[in-house]
Amino acid sequence: MSHAVHIVVCAGVAPDPLQTLEPTITPTGPGLKNEMVLPSVLDPWAASSLYEAANLIARNPGTRENPSKLWLLSLAPKAKLQQVMMTIAQKVSFELVPVDGPIGGFTDAHATGAALADAIAAIPFLDRSRLLLFGGWESASRGAGATLQLIGERLGITDQFQGVDQLDLRDDGSFEVLERVEGGRHQVSVCAGAPAVLGWATGNLPEPRNNPQIGMANMRAVMPALQKAKPATLAANGLEYVSVSLPRQQRETRVIKNMSPDEIANEVVAWIGAE
Amino acid sequence: MDALTQADGIGEDTRQTLDVDIACVGFGPAMGGFLTTLARAWNQNPADPAFESAVVPGIPMQVMCYERADDLAAAVSGVVTKARGIRASFPDLKPEDIPMSAEVLQERVLYLFDPIGASRRSTGMVVAESALRALGRLAGIKNHAFELPWTPAFLHKHGGLLLSLGQFNQWVAAKVMESGLVQIWPGTPVAAPLLANCAVTGVRLADQGVDRKGTPEDNYLPGMEVQARLTVIGDGPIGAVGRAIDEALGMPEGHAHREWALGMKFVIELPETAGHLLEPGTIWHTIGYPEPEIFGFLYAHPDRLVSVGIFVPSWMHDPSRTAYRYLQHFIQHPALWPYLKDGTLRSWGAKSLEESGRHGEPFLCGNGFARIGEGSGSTNVLTNSGVDEAWTTGVQLGESVIELLRAGREFTQANLTATYAARRRASWIEEGARQAEHARSGFQHGVIRGLIGMALAGLTRGRVSMHGSTPEPWLQMQPPQDNHEKLNRETAVRLAMDDGRPLHDALLTARGWPEIEFDGKLLVTHQDALLMGGKVQASPGFADHVRFRNQHVCRACDEKTCIAMCSGQAITLTAEGLPSFEREKCVHCGACLWNCSHSMDGEHSNIVFRAGSGGLHSAEN
Repeated sequence: MSHAVHIVVCAGVAPDPLQTLEPTITPTGPGLKNEMVLPSVLDPWAASSLYEAANLIARNPGTRENPSKLWLLSLAPKAKLQQVMMTIAQKVSFELVPVDGPIGGFTDAHATGAALADAIAAIPFLDRSRLLLFGGWESASRGAGATLQLIGERLGITDQFQGVDQLDLRDDGSFEVLERVEGGRHQVSVCAGAPAVLGWATGNLPEPRNNPQIGMANMRAVMPALQKAKPATLAANGLEYVSVSLPRQQRETRVIKNMSPDEIANEVVAWIGAE
Repeated sequence: MDALTQADGIGEDTRQTLDVDIACVGFGPAMGGFLTTLARAWNQNPADPAFESAVVPGIPMQVMCYERADDLAAAVSGVVTKARGIRASFPDLKPEDIPMSAEVLQERVLYLFDPIGASRRSTGMVVAESALRALGRLAGIKNHAFELPWTPAFLHKHGGLLLSLGQFNQWVAAKVMESGLVQIWPGTPVAAPLLANCAVTGVRLADQGVDRKGTPEDNYLPGMEVQARLTVIGDGPIGAVGRAIDEALGMPEGHAHREWALGMKFVIELPETAGHLLEPGTIWHTIGYPEPEIFGFLYAHPDRLVSVGIFVPSWMHDPSRTAYRYLQHFIQHPALWPYLKDGTLRSWGAKSLEESGRHGEPFLCGNGFARIGEGSGSTNVLTNSGVDEAWTTGVQLGESVIELLRAGREFTQANLTATYAARRRASWIEEGARQAEHARSGFQHGVIRGLIGMALAGLTRGRVSMHGSTPEPWLQMQPPQDNHEKLNRETAVRLAMDDGRPLHDALLTARGWPEIEFDGKLLVTHQDALLMGGKVQASPGFADHVRFRNQHVCRACDEKTCIAMCSGQAITLTAEGLPSFEREKCVHCGACLWNCSHSMDGEHSNIVFRAGSGGLHSAEN
């Protein structure tokens, strides 16, 4: 028998990290230069949780009377969110819950968590007893990586797992979780059932390919949802950024001919060891 | 196969279908103009019954735009434009509305001498240059460059706009999608038009879940068939849909796609010490270096950014042509290097330009379809202007579609001809195209005659020009006759085959061009450039979009120009002497399409270029 789950995936929007990103100070605080016209992607950590959620729903569709459901909750400027949805909506089926908010991740995690928790609480027909709250273990959107935990706290969900790579749902509603721990190992936990918060690492699934049919089906609801998106004002709560900088890119190109695989492997191992 | 894949219907071989009102192929400036015009009219009165969908009654028209690239910012051109059409659509547009934009303030035309002595110059040019050099500063020669005392009026863009096309596309796309009428789907290559009795009834998207050769695999997803009342084709000069229609319907009498150029450019951040030397809005046009046939440019954007690039034309008869290495020599010319030295390469890009002008104009419309933009022959090859023209053709089609919708008339050839084609014929686009019609014919007979022909056409508004025919692209390449040149080629090919060295690099070194001294910031390897300021990628599960019709022809080919001209080094030379294609490195510039020197049937080269996924994605281009 398939156990129905209600999954809400919290996913921010992040600038495509492969574009030229340049930190700058905007009137509202730190930001990226020309951020509104930078190509954006769904935060990669959260995106992997979306694909895992869709896979879980496909394996556990529930029943006709009580089907499993998947919502994607995202806080970003409506226009940016719409552009990102044109790609993401082609990948898996979901219902979008948009919150019209500022671009960028230089926001207070408590304020963001509060806005998102309020949005979850307002989702019609969401059964909180079946709720699995998904998101990224970390964030590429410059947030502190603490938002997901804070949402869980606000919703009163105490079973929280971070660095999740696998979740197997059992017929009785309990589930087994593999969390990343030190040393490249996984910690195996069994949880009695929903509600729970799961911050995903990369999971095991590849990014689904674009399926225009799914995109068309999703967009019938996405467009009206975007038009009705409620604005969220995030209080700074006294948060002040002293400085911002980008992670340094490291690239060293050398052309070496006839290098054996063993030599290459040794060099890579030595390089990793030196880091 | 995981449950998600199964649930998505992947793995089935049923071709999905979708009915829409308008299907659009490609999102560039032309499509931006079309969709802006359409969406704006709908927004003025969403209850207007003219905009009700005919395929899903009761809701607004279903307008779908399919774009091959993974993002709408994937464009590869810094653009200087008079912005006549763009400003007509956005009368209140200010340069500061769009990042990297500036008003054009000053223009210069520079003739660049060869400071190295490696370029291929005719005796006549050498003599003329010697005479000019003898005059030295008296003739205004400085840093191995001679500045024309005035910029010909036909090249003027004064008061126009300098744009980053990537930023402009993002800006337009956001406005179009905000309207709510239009859906723009990135990452969705369109394989072919749906043709029925010379009418276009929609498009077929590219198959997914196939191997490199297109053979279905376990997760096969046949490309959806999108049936549309009107199909708008704006997929550019190398787009699969436009070319398939040309193939099926033929071209108008005397028209053909024969003149091409590869545009390649760097976006460079100038060092703080040099930033003030180039005022935003400064435009340089160059000729003469790195080869006499190669035109170049420098555009100064705000915030110490410049776009610097070259155009390598098909009428450069030398089959040893290339672009990346030439561009590296170009930026080091003494007239440019003082400004660019110590700069940082921010991004890079390349694109094929259809330079046939009016000679390359296909049938603009037919039953169920209309062509807009560069693929419709809108580029003005005299004024070197394409974006504004492309935008305007989109606007003209948009106005025509609105007129037909309001009149309740179908999108037939007769109706589209009476509205869209008629608007275009009566506009400045047509006037400019006619003036430019023979402007470039002289280049088939050499640079000097070409420049004279262009000047004549420009100064007389097309009344006087040099007429001449342009052969097929593969016939424009003339293999080297002298033994020294042949030896150079053979040396380069051997280096590429035995040593794995990029062919374009080996070619220029064998010809006497000095090695590039990489600085890791601005002068970097071709492969490093692919990773800077964007990404080159291709989604998995699509077939190779570049194929070689006959490998025996490739093996016997002496020129191997497709390899040397490949902008992303996606085509490389194997140890067996065959070209090998890696689609993950392809930037979809389309250079290979017109840089194959062989044709088995007299109609096609030995390279097939189909619809493919991915490409170069850089927001700053």
